[in-house]
Amino acid sequence: MDAKRYELNVQLAQMLKGGVIMDVTNVEQAKIAEEAGAVAVMALERVPADIRRDGGVARMSDPSMIAAIKKAVSLPVMAKARIGHFVEAQILEALKIDYIDESEVLTPADEECHIDKTRFSIPFVCGARNLGEALRRVAEGAAMIRTKGEAGTGNVVEAVRHMRTVNREIRQLVGMPVEEVTGFAKTNGIPYELALKVKELGRLPVVNFAAGGIATPADAALMMQLGCDGVFVGSGIFKSATPAIRARAIVKATAYFNDPAKVLEASLDLGEAMAGLEIAAIPKEQLLAGRGW
Amino acid sequence: MNSAKVTTSPLIGKAIGVLDMQGGVCEHIDHLQRIGISARPVKHSQDFEGLAGLILPGGESTCLARLLKIFEIEPIIVRKYREGMKLWGTCAGAILLAGSLKGEAAHLGLIDIEVQRNGFGSQLDSFTCEALIPKISPEPVPLTFIRAPKILKAGEGVDILLCIDDFIAAAESPDVLVTVFHPELTGSLAFHRYFASKCGLQSRADQPILDPSWNMTSWTRYARIV
Repeated sequence: MDAKRYELNVQLAQMLKGGVIMDVTNVEQAKIAEEAGAVAVMALERVPADIRRDGGVARMSDPSMIAAIKKAVSLPVMAKARIGHFVEAQILEALKIDYIDESEVLTPADEECHIDKTRFSIPFVCGARNLGEALRRVAEGAAMIRTKGEAGTGNVVEAVRHMRTVNREIRQLVGMPVEEVTGFAKTNGIPYELALKVKELGRLPVVNFAAGGIATPADAALMMQLGCDGVFVGSGIFKSATPAIRARAIVKATAYFNDPAKVLEASLDLGEAMAGLEIAAIPKEQLLAGRGW
Repeated sequence: MNSAKVTTSPLIGKAIGVLDMQGGVCEHIDHLQRIGISARPVKHSQDFEGLAGLILPGGESTCLARLLKIFEIEPIIVRKYREGMKLWGTCAGAILLAGSLKGEAAHLGLIDIEVQRNGFGSQLDSFTCEALIPKISPEPVPLTFIRAPKILKAGEGVDILLCIDDFIAAAESPDVLVTVFHPELTGSLAFHRYFASKCGLQSRADQPILDPSWNMTSWTRYARIV
């Protein structure tokens, strides 16, 4: 990926700002998402809640299913590759989708290395729990970042934790004299040049979405008010009682996140949300956010 | 960044708004500030007061179209347009303004062009190039196309500003400008100056057309955490 291609890939993410990216598992859901006003769809075989329930190894989705969704909608189509599985990424690039999510929701293929994303022309989005993790992914070539949250739980607490952590570390960087940046970068595993960049900008240099546990319009608006640029909703829509209504409501609340009257309006008569999971009740080895580093 | 100061010129009474429902809003605000034009995001009905012009930014056109309908912004844009507010649509914004869309119903329909959404393919087909557009700038203008639409035809009363291969990339009527590319994603201020003059606003003349202080993170000054 040359510098110009990388710039174009970052800029596509800029055009998604203020929008909702929805997980969809078939053509019918993709059309519901498009109709509701999603800015992109994430094509995958099982939403995270089902991956969590089924256990076993979760891999890249069947390319023919992704191709069918790509054909059915005009929105940008994203799909997930396993952490470190650069051949899955090569397949998704050959399929000519719009964005690859190198995702902890799938079972990692490599516990040491993430994908070298600079070798690709296609853009990547990667998950992060803190500033160091976000900037290591950017250094590897990610054109967009999202919080990891804890996918498939319908519980926003981890997404909030990750967003607040990134913000706190950005504030620390901005407030410190430049001679302290070296030590801060070392302690937090942040590439030094990118630490300086973030200090200058007062935010991540690329678009940062919230993901992992967003289930209601209020959750989406919460993440937006915490400073993210847009939201991913995975299981939250198609695991709810009324997906089409909920999808539209989350789009409305994301656009008008700062307007309580409009978020209220979006929250009325939605039917039942997806069942939520208490994070503490999940066995440690089943937590997804700890995958990747 | 020394250009980070927000310049709201006291000389100019009227502002240009950027429709702030979804998409590339900060990027346009950044460019307008660079040329000394007072700029603001527009989200609620009261935000439309006192605007000389409105930019409909890039984003996802289906999302933007839904939000315009749901929040009843469409009739406000049409009314303000009839009262003299100028319009500029970039990429998705051009789709919203088009009089007809290939294979689907049009949205605002305020300029007589036919547009095909997503005219090039996937993100891997997004590209940049350069073109001379005499009416806009004496220098070649850098052009950024991201999952861009194509303008297929332009009706009477619509001037074609730029044709590339088989499609129209920029066009205008007396009150509406459309570009399927993104001037706000380059260092070129030429289109923003042109739109400002179309709105009857005087932009700063001391800035070069290609702003050397612009870079790909310039938009972030309007999206800071700190």
